[in-house]
Amino acid sequence: MTLPAPSTASTAVHRLRAEAREAANRCIQCGYCLPVCPTYHSMGKETHSPRGRINLVKAAADGKIDLLDDMAPSLDLCLGCRACETACPVGVPYGQILEAGRAATVRETAARGRSAGRLQTLALKHLFPHPGRLRAAGRLVEAAQRLRLDRLVFAFPPAREAAPALTALGRIVPSVEGRFRLPPGTRLPAEGEKKRTVAFFQGCVMDAVMPRINWLTVELLRKAGCEVVIPAGQTCCGALHVHQGLPEAAAELVKRNLDAFEETGAEWIVNNAGGCGAMLRECGHVLADAGGGWPERAAAFAARSRDISQVLVETGLPPLVKRPEGLVTLQESCHLRNVQKAAEAPVKLLRETAGDRFRALSGASDCCASGGIFNLLHFEESMAILDAKMASVRQTAAVTVVTSNPGCHLQMRLGIRRAGLEDRCRAVHLVEYLAECAGLTAER
Amino acid sequence: MDAETVRRLEEIFPKERLLFGKADRHSYSFDASFGEYLPEGVVQPETEEEISRLLRLANEHGIPICPRGAATSLSGGPLPVKGGLVLDMSRLRQKLEIDRENLLAVVSPGIITGDIHRAAEEAGLFYPPDPSSSLVSTIGGNLLENSSGPRGLKYGTTKEYVIGLRAVAPTGEIFRTGGKTVKNVTGYDLTRLIVGSEGTLAVVTEATLRLIPKPPARETLLAAFPKLIDSGHAITAMLTSGILPAAMEMMDNACVRAVEAYQSCGLPLDAEAVVIVEVDGHPAAVKEEIARCAEICRERGAQRVTVAADAAERDAIWRARKMISPAITRMGPTKISEDATVPRGRIPDMMEALVRIREKHRLNLVVFGHAGDGNLHPNIITDQRNREEMKRVEAAVEEIFDAAIALGGTLSGEHGIGLMKAPFMERELGPEGLRMMRLIKQAWDPNNILNPGKIFPEPGQTRLVLTES
Repeated sequence: MTLPAPSTASTAVHRLRAEAREAANRCIQCGYCLPVCPTYHSMGKETHSPRGRINLVKAAADGKIDLLDDMAPSLDLCLGCRACETACPVGVPYGQILEAGRAATVRETAARGRSAGRLQTLALKHLFPHPGRLRAAGRLVEAAQRLRLDRLVFAFPPAREAAPALTALGRIVPSVEGRFRLPPGTRLPAEGEKKRTVAFFQGCVMDAVMPRINWLTVELLRKAGCEVVIPAGQTCCGALHVHQGLPEAAAELVKRNLDAFEETGAEWIVNNAGGCGAMLRECGHVLADAGGGWPERAAAFAARSRDISQVLVETGLPPLVKRPEGLVTLQESCHLRNVQKAAEAPVKLLRETAGDRFRALSGASDCCASGGIFNLLHFEESMAILDAKMASVRQTAAVTVVTSNPGCHLQMRLGIRRAGLEDRCRAVHLVEYLAECAGLTAER
Repeated sequence: MDAETVRRLEEIFPKERLLFGKADRHSYSFDASFGEYLPEGVVQPETEEEISRLLRLANEHGIPICPRGAATSLSGGPLPVKGGLVLDMSRLRQKLEIDRENLLAVVSPGIITGDIHRAAEEAGLFYPPDPSSSLVSTIGGNLLENSSGPRGLKYGTTKEYVIGLRAVAPTGEIFRTGGKTVKNVTGYDLTRLIVGSEGTLAVVTEATLRLIPKPPARETLLAAFPKLIDSGHAITAMLTSGILPAAMEMMDNACVRAVEAYQSCGLPLDAEAVVIVEVDGHPAAVKEEIARCAEICRERGAQRVTVAADAAERDAIWRARKMISPAITRMGPTKISEDATVPRGRIPDMMEALVRIREKHRLNLVVFGHAGDGNLHPNIITDQRNREEMKRVEAAVEEIFDAAIALGGTLSGEHGIGLMKAPFMERELGPEGLRMMRLIKQAWDPNNILNPGKIFPEPGQTRLVLTES
């Protein structure tokens, strides 16, 4: 029964009601989302299922439960993989409900004068939106790695909160190779006949931590006949901000990206991170009420956004010079499958290059529990899901685990280490794998 | 819940499987039906022993216990209407054994029914009951509600496949019923008494299911009828032609339109009814049978009859059927889903009665269902915030029940009585029939702790009430 919100309800509750109540009402509670939810599996409670979470948002919006004490902890433990949306027979926009719930949590936290997670705020407000700082951080990690000073980081209080997670993740961050960093504001010609002009979306983490993968992405695109523009002024996509309940911050980032990319006139805007790609596709959500032509511009931008795998399926792969050694498997990107609806593209490329050496991973579409920065904020919960996944990876006997999102990539590296498979198995980004097949040497 | 009871519960369950938080209680307050009741707590047993100790305690203290599988019930089966504790059975999923030699499956109640289908098929066997929620719902929930799905016509319902149980009585004793044999007349058939008892008589902790060899071939057709009444006659004609289809489904024009608007499956928008027929068995026999069914449909006025040429076409036909539920949900926020069932010869009469009820009460009433076994699913799409319309819904649902009973049918084919249909039990069973059932309940559960408030009407409760007064 939809009751009017109690008159004592806070502004955050009223806003949650306006933003999510109608969408939540579309849930018919059939439970089709339960079998696909990673946290329902690992935690075994309706409270940590999509159906349960939607119900809690409803109850909070109706003033039946407390927004912070009762609703927020459950939403906090959602990975945001959105597998439930793919399973939902009636098209409940779970992502929208989740984001509204998280934004309400942030607003209410502020209104009650409680403090938000320090690490989270620090990273989101002062690191991810600033490519310069992220790059500096990347260089810092690189230097620390060289000087073996990594552990100094943990003297810093916000880092100590997440010490177990940071220690574990710190060990598996690939060495940062700054020489591959792409210069912003350049236009790189296609190799051979030019078929298309595309713009490359670098992504904040990819650019700072995995510049070599970005460089290989551009090289693959050029070999596939694309002229590649790398617009200056581009920034973080804002996905992490939206997931942490900061849609206003995300909106500012989206605006900067619209400005940067519209000038290029490129046919497609290519990214190599499933999570960023999902945000680029849905960037209109945070500008829905912006007016001033922003929603229309966002829609046009979203329509041109493509994952690297989709583009390579379209253009065709560069000539292959090498088959992979050993068996290859794929851990899918949830956001590529459930939001961008492009799960087949990487599979197609792997079948084309690996042939019968490609082994489907059982449960490949289930989230690896990287979940943006979920593994950082909820280390134990994340590792429970990851360890179960590694049992399936072991069964494939694959020596190469392909991923298509930086978070998944790092998480799979961590999983391989935890499973003790380091001597016989490696995690690579799809682009690295394809570059090997195309004989691209990562040297410059 | 008082401190002493909580302390006693903590002797049985570790803290992480005893949930008293507000978020947890709200998360176990609903199912897929119309209704929301907040439990005082939730327990998540992992063993039969824990359940036995819990029921002893509950019986002693008069605490209502409401067993719950995956909460896909459409009749309010797991709702804690009298408060107390929800008994979350989803963690009892240790066992899924296929016994090829004896054509049996032995399963824990928390196993998902679809996983039993898969395991049986891997062994070349077949578990026919297939409720539409089988990818989500637990076998325990299916057994206790006796929900069956489209294959009841040829293969019978869930109860025909359960031959043995382990269970815990409301007073805490652990007992066995039936066994591993198909034939068994040793004493009362407690297995069948418990199956379909909606969790009011015992908590099932293990079930032995009968499996059958997997039919080697299937053929499927879809027939569109310009006139609803012709589809009814075609269904009767097929059923009396000597062919026993594995499934026979129908949907009315409103469903056809809803499906086409939601996700086009190429159904003809002008058809008043669409019928799907599937036959299975020996490859040569099914070819002949499906051809005969197609002929009967054409003779009885079908405008278009399509026989699926391959598996892909068959899947496309079934996709249209599976789309109905989600498609009609988009027509309004509240869906009242009924499952009144009539003898199969009275299907045309029931369809006419439903059209009459729809027109009389000016409601968005759509009809689809398992026409072959007389189990129709009239659904009313409405908005519970519209009080005036909800009053008309109450009247219409009552008339649906009355129509089914008048035609020699029953209130529920597979969803269960639960809450909403309880007031009508006496109309179907008569006062003495209902009393015999009550006597069983009182003998097994003297303190009325196991799923109270289900099946039996409260004193003086004879009407359906969907609105708060």
